[in-house]
Amino acid sequence: MQFKPYAKSLAVALSFAFVAGCASSGGTQDGALDGTAGSGTGTSTTGQGMASGQQSGTAMQAGQQGRIPDVRTIYFDFDSDQIRSEFQPVLTAHARYLSNNGNAKVVLEGHTDERGTREYNVALGERRAKAVERFLTVQGVSPSQFEIVSYGEERPAVRGHGEDTYAQNRRVVFSY
Amino acid sequence: MKRYLTLWLGAMLMLIAAQAQADLTIEITRGSDRATPIAIVPFAVEGDMSLPQDVAQVISDDLERSGQFAPLSRDSLISRPSRSENVNYRDWRAVDSDYLVVGEVAQEGGGYRVQFELLDVYGERRMLGEYISSNTEQLRRTAHYISDKIYEAITGVRGAFSTKIAYVTSQGSGDDIRYGLYVADADGRNSEEILASNQPILSPAWSPDGTKLAYVSFETGRPAIYIQELGSSRRVRATSFPGINGAPAWSPDGRKLAMSLSKDGQPEIYVMDVAARSFQRLTNNSAIDTEPSWSPDGNNIVFTSDRGGEPQLYRYDIASGQVERITFTGNYNSRGRYAPDGESLFLIHRGGNEYQVARQDLDTGRLVTLTDSRWDESPSVAPNGSMVIFATQQGNSGVLGAVSADGRASFRLPAAQGDVREPAWSPFLN
Repeated sequence: MQFKPYAKSLAVALSFAFVAGCASSGGTQDGALDGTAGSGTGTSTTGQGMASGQQSGTAMQAGQQGRIPDVRTIYFDFDSDQIRSEFQPVLTAHARYLSNNGNAKVVLEGHTDERGTREYNVALGERRAKAVERFLTVQGVSPSQFEIVSYGEERPAVRGHGEDTYAQNRRVVFSY
Repeated sequence: MKRYLTLWLGAMLMLIAAQAQADLTIEITRGSDRATPIAIVPFAVEGDMSLPQDVAQVISDDLERSGQFAPLSRDSLISRPSRSENVNYRDWRAVDSDYLVVGEVAQEGGGYRVQFELLDVYGERRMLGEYISSNTEQLRRTAHYISDKIYEAITGVRGAFSTKIAYVTSQGSGDDIRYGLYVADADGRNSEEILASNQPILSPAWSPDGTKLAYVSFETGRPAIYIQELGSSRRVRATSFPGINGAPAWSPDGRKLAMSLSKDGQPEIYVMDVAARSFQRLTNNSAIDTEPSWSPDGNNIVFTSDRGGEPQLYRYDIASGQVERITFTGNYNSRGRYAPDGESLFLIHRGGNEYQVARQDLDTGRLVTLTDSRWDESPSVAPNGSMVIFATQQGNSGVLGAVSADGRASFRLPAAQGDVREPAWSPFLN
């Protein structure tokens, strides 16, 4: 546990027994930012198919060119790690951003729906994140710029059961 | 060394911060039609002492939960003897009770002296009788001890009522989820927080001597396997490789941890020598290999792999290094756990759209589904093999369930609030 003070809103801070650690999405940029990447997450139950990471601060560092692409979550079919064609432009945008900003780093968070056993789902989530990694590598992004963390089913974007819920939870999130 | 010291300190700080309790309650969902009737008479209490626990009720709840006993309701008790010499066996045959438990609680020093007797109603004989010294804090434990003795005297199998369970809770949603790792008595009471985090915790695993838990925590933002001493709350980080650090499983001698690591590409099964901190890689292929479980004799490790295109259980023979597939029923079988006698496996089986706890006989290969729920996970077997505890869903909440090894009896252990999951049944602790 890192006791890293975290500049979220005071209300959120007070609601925790201890203020600690990195939120998994939106606020974990390496080369940390004192408060500017204040992570407007906690919005992951909006059900818009635009789960976490979307409202993060832009977290621009000096010398970076362009903005981090707005869409930072892509979704997967059941039991699949295939990149759906509709999300290829999203990945291309991230690839371009990372290529243009050699110091930028991103954590690729792999997630699954709740079905099946937990450690197996951790492995499935990693497989999805690796599919994204391969895509980025082919586009010329340096492997040193990304890291994979699979959460499996441990951090659902949306709670509950049923295909609508599952579809929003089978995802890879770009966490800058 | 300094690094471990820091980690220990961190764990202790967390314990100071952690006051929360997360006791679970028991809801019997299905009683067995073959349960043995037994009468448990409320224990006579010396003088006007008020006791912190109703000893006979704790014993009754324990035995009922096992699915193997049907305790008579207190209304149907004809008389309330507290010693065998005052028992009229005919009375108890009249209410069809096979067995009778009577007892007394007397003051002894600053504590109690608890006396109990187990009587065979049809044989008209005393099977057990014992005095136990106890005190206010231990009274519930004393009742579990008596349940263990009764269970073993009647079934011939060691009782597991004095054991514990570890489990993970979560509350909140989105980025405000708070996770807790708890240890409680096997009946869900006396819960104690072991770790609190705003990042996921999973896969708690008891060391065979019951003194340590290995588990996976994402508290640094990356998964790592930790080993925590339960008495002292000291802990070490066992692994924190790039990628997956998951599914720790202790060898029966407690010297090794099997686990799944993806540091070399795909998730593979490794065995770590805990003292030497050295690693041996067991599997090597392009598929997922995870969820290892040691056979009780330490000769095999069963694990989940999708090397055949779908998750199935495979067995790794430690002497030869040979791997063979062992599940063939359906297209999803995962997270196998050996029964203590090594003759069967408990696992999660998908039939249709349901993920359910199943038992597979290792000799015949026959697989039997034990539950009728939809989203079961994480089966963990009681050390006497009588029951399996698992995680499942009730409405939109994660709850623990337990089912007898024959599937006849089941109960649920919901948390007062939030979700509970990832149960791990302790070994025998005494």
